[in-house]
Formats: sequence, C-alpha cells, structure tokens
Amino acid sequence: MSTATTTDSQRKAPAGERVADWADGRLGIYSLAKSNMRKIFPDHWSFMLGEICLYSFIIIILTGVYLTLFFHPSMNEVVYHGPYVPMQGVPMSEAFASTLDISFDVRGGLLIRQIHHWSALIFVAAMVVHMMRVFFTGAFRKPREVNWIFGFLLLVLGMFTGFTGYSLPDDLLSGTGVRFMEGAILSVPIVGTYLSFFLFGGEFPGGDFVARFYSIHILLLPGIMMGLLVAHLILVFYHKHTQYAGPGKTNNNVVGMPLLPVYMAKAGGFFFLVFGVIAAIAALASINPIWALGPYRPDHVSTGAQPDWYMGMPEGLIRAMPGWEINLWGHTLVLGVFIPLLLFPLVLGAIAVWPFIESWVTGDKREHHLLDRPRNVPTRTAFGVAWIAEYIVLLIGGGNDMFAQYFHLSINNITWFVRIGFFVVPVLAFIATKRICLGLQRRDHDKVLHGRETGIIKRLPHGEFVEVHEPLPQAKLHTLTSHEQYQPIELGPTVDENGVERKPKAMEKLRAKLSKGFYAENNQIPKPTVEEYKEIQSGHGHH
Amino acid sequence: MSSQDIPEEKHLPSEQGDAHHGGVAVADDPFADPGLPVHKPRIQDIDERAAKRSERTVAMLFTLSMLATIGFIAAYVTIPVDKYVYVFPIGKVSGLNFALGLTLGTALFCIGAGAVHWARTLMSDVEVADERHAIAAPPEVKAKVLQDFADGANESAIGRRPLIRNTMLGALAMLPLSALVIMRDLGPLPEDKLRKTVWAKGKLLINQNTMEPLRPEDVVVGSLTFAMPEGLEETQHDFQNQIAKAALMIVRLQPQDIKDKRELEWSHDGIVAFSKICTHVGCPISLYEQQTHHVLCPCHQSTFDLSDGARVIFGPAGHALPQLRIGVNDEGFLEAHGDFEEPVGPAFWERG
Repeated sequence: MSTATTTDSQRKAPAGERVADWADGRLGIYSLAKSNMRKIFPDHWSFMLGEICLYSFIIIILTGVYLTLFFHPSMNEVVYHGPYVPMQGVPMSEAFASTLDISFDVRGGLLIRQIHHWSALIFVAAMVVHMMRVFFTGAFRKPREVNWIFGFLLLVLGMFTGFTGYSLPDDLLSGTGVRFMEGAILSVPIVGTYLSFFLFGGEFPGGDFVARFYSIHILLLPGIMMGLLVAHLILVFYHKHTQYAGPGKTNNNVVGMPLLPVYMAKAGGFFFLVFGVIAAIAALASINPIWALGPYRPDHVSTGAQPDWYMGMPEGLIRAMPGWEINLWGHTLVLGVFIPLLLFPLVLGAIAVWPFIESWVTGDKREHHLLDRPRNVPTRTAFGVAWIAEYIVLLIGGGNDMFAQYFHLSINNITWFVRIGFFVVPVLAFIATKRICLGLQRRDHDKVLHGRETGIIKRLPHGEFVEVHEPLPQAKLHTLTSHEQYQPIELGPTVDENGVERKPKAMEKLRAKLSKGFYAENNQIPKPTVEEYKEIQSGHGHH
Repeated sequence: MSSQDIPEEKHLPSEQGDAHHGGVAVADDPFADPGLPVHKPRIQDIDERAAKRSERTVAMLFTLSMLATIGFIAAYVTIPVDKYVYVFPIGKVSGLNFALGLTLGTALFCIGAGAVHWARTLMSDVEVADERHAIAAPPEVKAKVLQDFADGANESAIGRRPLIRNTMLGALAMLPLSALVIMRDLGPLPEDKLRKTVWAKGKLLINQNTMEPLRPEDVVVGSLTFAMPEGLEETQHDFQNQIAKAALMIVRLQPQDIKDKRELEWSHDGIVAFSKICTHVGCPISLYEQQTHHVLCPCHQSTFDLSDGARVIFGPAGHALPQLRIGVNDEGFLEAHGDFEEPVGPAFWERG
C-alpha cells in the first residue's frame, strides 16, 4: 500500500496527509481517529463544570512550573535586603525571601503567583460543584462508579496539594496552619508523636518541612493526580457522555454535536475563557499577600487566621469540638483533636460511598446513560442536600471568628450553633428537600395530565371563571414521563414451600427497609399513566 | 444488549427508551418518544449577511487578542516593577501586575470568545445521534478470556507448585519493609524533647519588645507582656524550635484576684507567667481581656482564665496553660525558678 502512494507521482498526497501517514504507520492514528474524531458530545451547561476543573488544573501546572524557576524551597535563615522596604533587615527563611522576590523583583512574578493561587481555589471549588452535578443527576450509576471514585480521589488530593502549596512560602499565616497540622498529628494515639518527629525532621518547625512539602506539592501529589485525571478522561471517552432525557434521546444513544469541529471549538475556546477570567481576577484581586503577613515565627500570630476555603471544613470540625482529653495510665488520649481528625475523612467520604449504597438498595445492575432530574430521586437528592448542609455548617464553624466579627454575634453562640447544627441541620435539610422534591413531582404529574397553565382566564356561560390549560406537546410529555420508578423490594415469604420458617438476614431486612424509604408510596409520586392521561383528555375535551 | 445483565428482580422498571425504540411514535401512546426534533436553522444558516457579520465578529475577537498580547509585551517592557498606581475602586495596586494581568486576560478571553462564537454561529448545529455499545464484553469474549487465563495459569504451574507460589508471595510481602526501614532517619525519636524547654532556674525574663530583662515594676496591671528566656538569640539556628516551646506571656493581677492557690504561689507580687503556646494545637495566644483576665487564642478561640490557673473556660483546648514559676533575683530582675513542670503546647499520647 505504501509503495503505491510513493510511486504514484501523479497524485502526491498533501503535506498534512503525508505527516498523518507517517504517524499512522507508527502510532495507528487513523484507527484511533475513526472512532473519536467525530465522537458525539451532548451539550448542556452543567457539563462545563468538569471542564473548569480540567482547565484550572492545566493552568496550575503551567504557572506552577514557572514558579519553581524562582522559588527556593529552603528554610535556611537569611536576612532580607530586597526592594520591599518593610521587610528589609528582617530575618526569614529563604523560602519566604524568594516568595518576596517573586512578588516584588520578578516582573510578572506576582501575576503568575496570583494566577496559581486563584486557580487552585477555583480548581477545588469546581471539583465540588462538578461532583454535585454528577451526584444529583445520578451520573455516578453503572458503568461510571469507578470514575466517580477517581473524581473523589482527585478532590481529596486536590485539597492536600493546595494545603502543602500554600504552606511553602513559610509566612506567618501558613506556618500557623502547619502548626495546626502538627497539633493534629500529635493527637494520634500511640504513634502521633513519632509521626510528627518524622514529618518535621524533629521538633516543630525544624528546618525540613518546606523542602519536604515542596516535593510532595510539585511531584508526588500532582503526579498521582495527573494519572487519575488521564484515567478519568479516558473513561469519559470510553463510556461516552451521559445525557438528559428528551425527545430522541435514549439509554442506547448519545445525541449531540461532533468533537470535530463543534466540541473542539467550544471546549478548546472554553479553556481560554477560563484562563482569561482567572488572569483578570489575578490582575484585580490580591490573594495571599505574604508580604503583609511576614515570615513565620512560632510565637507570633495574626487575628482572623483563616485557611484557604477548602480547609474550612476540617477547621470547623476542630473549632467546634469540645476539648475532651482522657488521661489514663500515664498516657493522653486527645479526643478533642483526634475525633475531628477522624471525622474529616468520614464526613467527606459519606458522599463518596453513596453510589454503592444506592446500587445495593436498588439491586439495579443495568447501565444508565440517561440522567435523572434531581426531583425524581427524592431520597438521593435529600441526602446530597443534607451533605451540603453539613459542609456549610462546618464552614461556618471554621470561620466562627469572622462571622462573630462581621455580624456582631457572640463567638460562643456560633460555636454552640455549630455543635448542635452538626447533628440537626443535615436532618432538617433532608426532610425539607424530600418534601420539595415530592412537591415538584406532583407539579410535573399535574402538568402532564392537565397541561400547562396559560394564565388566560376564561368565563364560562354560567359565569364561572376557569384558567385555560394548554396540553403539553408530545416531546414535553415524553421528557416528563420517561424517568424510571423503582418499586420497593419485598422481603419475600418468611415461610418456604415446605412450611419451614426462614428467618431473613439482618442485611436483607435493612435493604428492604431502605428500599421502602427510597421508593415506597410516600417517597415518590407515581408518574401518570397513559390510561389516566387519556381518560382526562377525553373527559375535558378540547379547550 | 445481550451482554448486559438481564434484570431478574420484579421491582426493576422496564428499560428506559426500549419500549418505544428509535423514536417511532406509537399512536396510542401520548408519552412516546417523538424522536429528535426537526433542526431549526439559525439566522446565519439562511442569511449570508448575518453569517458575514458573525465572521467579522470572530475575526475582530482574534485581532483584539493579538493587540492585547502586544499590550502585554509593551507593559512588561515599559512599566517599572516597583510602580504603584491608584485604580478605582480597588485602590493602590502594582501597575505592572494590573497591566500584565488585564492584557493577558484579554488576550486569552478573546481567543476563547472567538472560538465559541464561531462554533455557535457558523459551525453546524445539527444534533446527531451516536449508538452506544454495552461496556461489558459479550459472553463469548468473556469465555475466551477466562479460558486464556486458565491456560496461562495452568502453564505457569502456580497452582500445582505451591512452594513457588508461597515463597514468591513471601518475598513480595517482605520487600516493602526495606522501604519502610529507610524512612527511619526522617527524624530523631521524640524522647523527652516535648517535655523540656530552655527555661531553667535563674534565667531572666527578656521583654520581647525591648529585648531588655524585665523588672516587676515594668509589668503594670492590665498589660500583657511577651517574654523569652535570657540567652535565646534570634540568630541561633534552633531559635524557631526553642521559641515554639519557650514563648511566655506575663500579666499582672491584683494578688487578691488570683483564685488558684498554686498560681498565687508561683507568682511574684501578682505577676504571673504562662506558656504562650495554646494547649489545643499550638497557636500562640495573643488576645487578652484585662477586665476578666481571660486570654483567647485567635486560631480556634480557646479561652483561658488567667486568674484561675489558666483553666479552659471555652473552646476546644483540653487542658490549662502551663505556668512558669517566677521570682525576683538579687538585682531586682524577674527570673524563672525552673522549667515548666508539664509539657507546653498541644497534648500528645506520651504526655500523661
């Protein structure tokens, strides 16, 4: 075949094709492109949230590499003699001094630093919002559970990469955060003191942690994240994207526009939009002004010490927890710090395990590519909202001093609100959300059967006023009725065919109970049937 | 489809989209899928002038991006790094950062806006459907793979020769121990390092503001003074580690206000010295309320009562701040009567 093209001097292939031929002979790109170049992607604004995560991650890598060219990850003591007058003559670590240099000496250094930091905040925020989109639409269902876990791991690693990153300048605020981390590690029973000494190379703060955090921040964690990210994207391609229900959209197809050119232009363009907006934010809004904070001293602190937002949740746990300590047999169990340390992964992980609980309760082993509307899955939606409510309660706890200051409240009252709210608010959020979902389901039910309210009032011959309802078009009827409704599972007969009593296992009973809680009569509104629809339509006649 | 698990349980609803497959509207089913809606042409699809307008808009955005990049380079070259300008309403900012950020942001944003506008107005917006294929392999593929695996495993003889299998597992299980062992030199053992500070009998209390030794008359009622031990220099290499434990706060109370008996004994003429390091997670405590004698940690709001043995009265701290026993030497300077009697800072397992 290749000889045919080279000898055929009459029709020499264009240069681009010849390059592609070269690559195909070595990489097999034509087969790869055949299935992917015109791959269909559904269009919806909520599908852009994941793109924000991807693009801010790329921006972080690009700007981060630039910062490594100027940053010195060393805790050697130096005395500052640079251009920033208030810090001249102050002893500080090389890490802090080089961060001052990046901010005041290197042209554009401050901009890149601020883009890097802003992108990190946006990255973690976008991951949380993206995760919520996936959660509330049920996009985590089979076959995407593994990708859900990859995404969750990216969120957790993103938080720790952020923490190790903002600790690097060795400024007064971040040093206080590292001290908090050291205190938390010390609270671990039996091994805590040793862990702390091994992490810090001895006593806090020592002279090692910046260099150690540096390799964790720029190599270890982002390396793992890069692997997870690539796997996450490969799975998105492999599974093909989910889509919302609608006319022409089924569980067996994917409706949208092709990668080349539409999606490539939109998604590629969106990268520049995200980058452009973050660059503008970095131009307009200062972030982490370490020069105003000064270098870290373990005996100095500023008031209103707040971590980056994603660490506000563990901060809330540690602030709200009562100071319990148990002293027995010459040892101290620091529950006041250790319990928050345990709750941190538990609260965060509660959302991560939900898909597995749900699939166990439904027993559904089929693939799902059509997204749910949150209202049609009230229990899941209520759980998600409860989780968000818990998260917000803890964020309030993490900023209790700020709330006290700005809203002129008692800090003790806020702390007590968080202590009680930790248990009560998620429950209230769950109940309220479930009610709202059921209400919305009833409204859909009415809309399907009785049509849309037009706002037109009609007077009947006998004087009665009625509102004209307009029947929905078929596409709308289909969209509103195409969702699945599970029926609660029954425990089955407790007596088998031989009359021998069979005792259902505890897990079986739990599953039946949960299934009832999810799908029994009070927990979802049966969707309208064709018979109901026809009966009502024939009864009403035409308006 | 054949490879997918067939729902056996009755409670599962019928497969979505299967009942009325392919969008064929069934006359008696008003809820049936009517199929993809007919494509509605955009103004650019039917009016060439509108399409031209879109083309010009896209080209203008790309041109704007080029201009912004030139602006970026110009700003980099011309604006001094130490120039500060007043920008309404954000205030005084670095002129270079402001100019570079906005030009870079514009250059990037315009490329994005151009590409998206191009896609939305000029590229085809006809929605098409792609078939999905089951993720799981068909049964014959699965059977082949399982057979291949069985053949491979059989040929390796791993099942028939347990001696090989067990020793291999043992070797692989032990190997990570080396990785664990070489971590040992990450740091020294704790020993009693967390129990000791540089305070010792006879060490003077140095005022951290003036760096002069404190006399009792320097400490007035209602003031909060931070002190460190004599001989500790900011320039010494382990200063940070030492000050992290030795930092001290000193207040003067009326002796009759001191409720705790031991606190009174360890004080001098109403002057008490407590560790400045919070017993919660180690922040330095810095907020003092002179009327109530409460101190508050600004990090997590643990509140201690300095007139009552610095016991915790609110917040997440688990125990009182350690007190340093002080007195006055022959020359009239405040001095320590020894080290703290308990570890300062956050609690840990061996604290007891």
